[in-house]
Amino acid sequence: MPQEPADLSVVADPPQAAAASHPIGDQRGARLGGLLNREPGIVAAGTPVLTDALAQQAVPVESVDWRPPVPGATEPLATVLGHPKHAAANATAVKRLLASRPHLVDVRPAGEALGLTAGTFFHAGPPVTWERASGPMRGALIGAMLAEGLADDPEAAERRLARGDAGPVTLDSCHHHRTVGPMAGVVGPSMWMFVIEDAEHGGTAFCSLNEGLGKVLRYGAYGPEVVDRLHWMSAVLGPALRAAIRRHGPVDLKAIMAQALQMGDELHNRNRAATSLFVRELAADLAEVEGGAEVLRFIGGNDHFFLNLAMAAGKGAADAARDVPGSSLVVAMARNGTDFGIQLSGTGDRWFTGPAGVPDGLYLGSYGPGDANPDIGDSTITETTGLGGFAMAAAPAIVRFIGGEVPDALAATQRMYEITLAENPVFQVPILSFRGTPTGIDATLVARTGILPVVNTGIAGRVAGTGQVGAGLVSPPAKIFTDAVTALAETLRP
Amino acid sequence: MSTHVEARRGVYYDSVTLMRVSRQLSARAEVSHALTAMATELNRDLLTQMGFDPPQDVGPGDLLVAIRAVDQTVLADAREALDVLLTDASSAKVSAQGLGTVPPARTIGSAAGRIDATLALVSVPGPYAFMEAMDALTAGLSVMIFSDNMPVEEEVALKDAAARLDLLVMGPDCGTAVVGGAGLGFANAVRPGPVGLVAASGTGSQQLMSLLDTAGVGISHALGVGGRDLSATVSGRSTLQALAALDADPATELIIIVSKPPSQRVAGLIREAVRRLSTPVLFALLEQDEDDLTAVAERALRALGRPVPAWPHWPAPVAQAPAPGFVRGLFAGGTLCEEAMLIATDALGPIGSNLRRTATGEPAWTHGQASTGHCMIDFGADEFTAGRAHPMIDPALRLERLAAEAADPSCAVLLLDVVLGYGAEPDPAALLAPAIEDALASRDGDLAVVVSLCGTAADPQDRDAQAAALRDAGAAVFCSNATAARHAAGLVQGP
Repeated sequence: MPQEPADLSVVADPPQAAAASHPIGDQRGARLGGLLNREPGIVAAGTPVLTDALAQQAVPVESVDWRPPVPGATEPLATVLGHPKHAAANATAVKRLLASRPHLVDVRPAGEALGLTAGTFFHAGPPVTWERASGPMRGALIGAMLAEGLADDPEAAERRLARGDAGPVTLDSCHHHRTVGPMAGVVGPSMWMFVIEDAEHGGTAFCSLNEGLGKVLRYGAYGPEVVDRLHWMSAVLGPALRAAIRRHGPVDLKAIMAQALQMGDELHNRNRAATSLFVRELAADLAEVEGGAEVLRFIGGNDHFFLNLAMAAGKGAADAARDVPGSSLVVAMARNGTDFGIQLSGTGDRWFTGPAGVPDGLYLGSYGPGDANPDIGDSTITETTGLGGFAMAAAPAIVRFIGGEVPDALAATQRMYEITLAENPVFQVPILSFRGTPTGIDATLVARTGILPVVNTGIAGRVAGTGQVGAGLVSPPAKIFTDAVTALAETLRP
Repeated sequence: MSTHVEARRGVYYDSVTLMRVSRQLSARAEVSHALTAMATELNRDLLTQMGFDPPQDVGPGDLLVAIRAVDQTVLADAREALDVLLTDASSAKVSAQGLGTVPPARTIGSAAGRIDATLALVSVPGPYAFMEAMDALTAGLSVMIFSDNMPVEEEVALKDAAARLDLLVMGPDCGTAVVGGAGLGFANAVRPGPVGLVAASGTGSQQLMSLLDTAGVGISHALGVGGRDLSATVSGRSTLQALAALDADPATELIIIVSKPPSQRVAGLIREAVRRLSTPVLFALLEQDEDDLTAVAERALRALGRPVPAWPHWPAPVAQAPAPGFVRGLFAGGTLCEEAMLIATDALGPIGSNLRRTATGEPAWTHGQASTGHCMIDFGADEFTAGRAHPMIDPALRLERLAAEAADPSCAVLLLDVVLGYGAEPDPAALLAPAIEDALASRDGDLAVVVSLCGTAADPQDRDAQAAALRDAGAAVFCSNATAARHAAGLVQGP
């Protein structure tokens, strides 16, 4: 080989001049984020031989327990993750979710607040028809027909709902109307709604008032005691709460929720602390209004009263994060008793649905898994916003109720950090050294890791009219996350 | 006295964190008062008592910041310190553990938040490497992609994203890097020093760093760029990033670019970029009529004013005499194979290889084919590594081939490379030395074995002990791959 330097082999400058312009230790001029002048720290995914070689050199290594993505997800994942705007879109969306500052500003009848007319009902989850509706959903609709005075007895209500006579009834998803409802989530015009305003973004969200436990509409019960309670809620509870809140002024729900998490609530299946804090906040004003004592007694007997406020707060936060093009943030997870559906920030109002699963948990009395209805309700808005199952570590008091032990609760929350975009700076978990709750489910992370969101839930009886039969944990179908990522990828292809 | 008061809306920290931040700020020299607190009524009153004017229209969901200092400069410094303290407070939370075991991270993005990371190393199967690599970039980390079989569009997309973020993508199919003293993939234990490498070739980089280290000259960083980086499609995207970074690196006094010959347009781009650098650049291009790697190492030493040593060499115990026949090269390192072929072709004419194509575009040698004439095989090529480990980790295929070549009477010289370093087999001579002994014993003194040993004295395998074992088995051992190739070619060329 000839030793003459070839054309490319030029020495650009005499060697000695180089170092002078770079003072040693000057970090400001460093390129590549300081890669060349910081102590190396490596995160590694893949073959252990390479990680071992780094450990042999005493280089700090954090190994990834990597597994292939969910089948069918690889190609759409590459499209979404490779899009230049995706990361920024997710950052924007989750920032909005976190920045939301929900305040309870009013309590109003749904007819007035939502323009709901007689014969129209909202329900939990993605849209569902009477034909496909499950037992508890049908039961709740029957109860709502009775409460609204649209039928004289359950049989007549059922006939009309099935479009047998006297004109059709219109059903729509609560989520389509800035609204959420627990379990069946059925809302009729005469029902009173919490009105939440997001002081940060100006959005509004609604949720019905909590009926308490036992035979209640949201679990599909429609007996006389259910209808009577609904009438009382419209006649006494709603107006009294409205009067008290108008006297008090807006109630900062985020502050109450942050404190409740530090008092053992996870704000889905345990709301005892939040309910108490809320009552304490409003008690003086309730004492001054008509029916106040009755209302205080009612709320005092219902540990879940705050759930509906946490849900409305969650709905306001999740809606603030909607419609960011390219974002794979989950802005709704909801079940109608038949389907489990999700929506992404970057795919508008489109639902991605799969069969709702039957929760795994503990049953009341003599009920068993055979009595359970598939998963139902909008209360997964709590998990959507980093609470409920995601904050399970904050609520060791109820882990047994949903069939687990304390280490399971810690593990559930820890696992959720793998599929979320942020840690909530306000909602903190004391037992995890005040780490923020894992917040903002990223559908791409679910599809990549196969880790499904953990959901705490009540279990409704399968047969219309039964009511609650238990409580437990449930997972969404994996496929809906892949479907959602696939649809998002479609929006990003040129 | 200078005063600063602000309200940061919707920013929340717990009171303990804020009290600590306030205390650290007040403790600064020439800062007389400092308060960071959520704007509760109590804290607003406190602020008034401290002589500040509280901002209007704030509530418990807003963060109050108030600092009073002797002058504007001290105040500005204190405000900067405040931001650092608050950032640290939030990042401390991310790593907070509390009770229970933290499950392992499942994505690069998650792992990146757990340590003070500078770089991600991705070696997952090729079809999945893109998303993990993109995750690394999104998390603000440069990434080395050891994985191969990544579509070129994905490579370009990653490198474009990296350029936007001022990060570096090393790879795909990047086998070797040394960054901040850490050897990644297959890398040799080299001392720190003034030479920065930009390498589209892994074993080319290892040969250079090993030779330089042997000459007493260390490496600042060896940045891999992936074998396709200087192709027309990828256009040197990573090479340009790496050059700019090394040019800005105070430890790097001389840069060497190691690559197969780039396309003409890309060569122009690189040449243009090199001209703008303040650091001198040498090229090691694996091409006919170019300097071989050893010659480039020697030029680098001369440019640095350092003496060029005699490259270590362990002669065979029985003198190797020229004999008629063919050279059969069995390589684990692709670039070492390429370099040996360039050198041997000069002396011997065309050589069959899986690295060469015939005029019709077919590989000039394929796996399973018997060797005819002079042959050099890269066992690290894709057809050998699909579904099994690289020959630097798993030598089985090469040892099989070694026995087959020894059984062919037309094979007069076996040329083998042994690449040491982190990530490579812990004791390659343990299997190779007996195989060499068997090969030599099966022949009637008409076979010579030549080993190119790429490594340093500090490598975990101990280069000199490996050399001695291979020499004792009957091989001639060279630290310079070029010298080994010339020696092998000389043996069949005749006197």
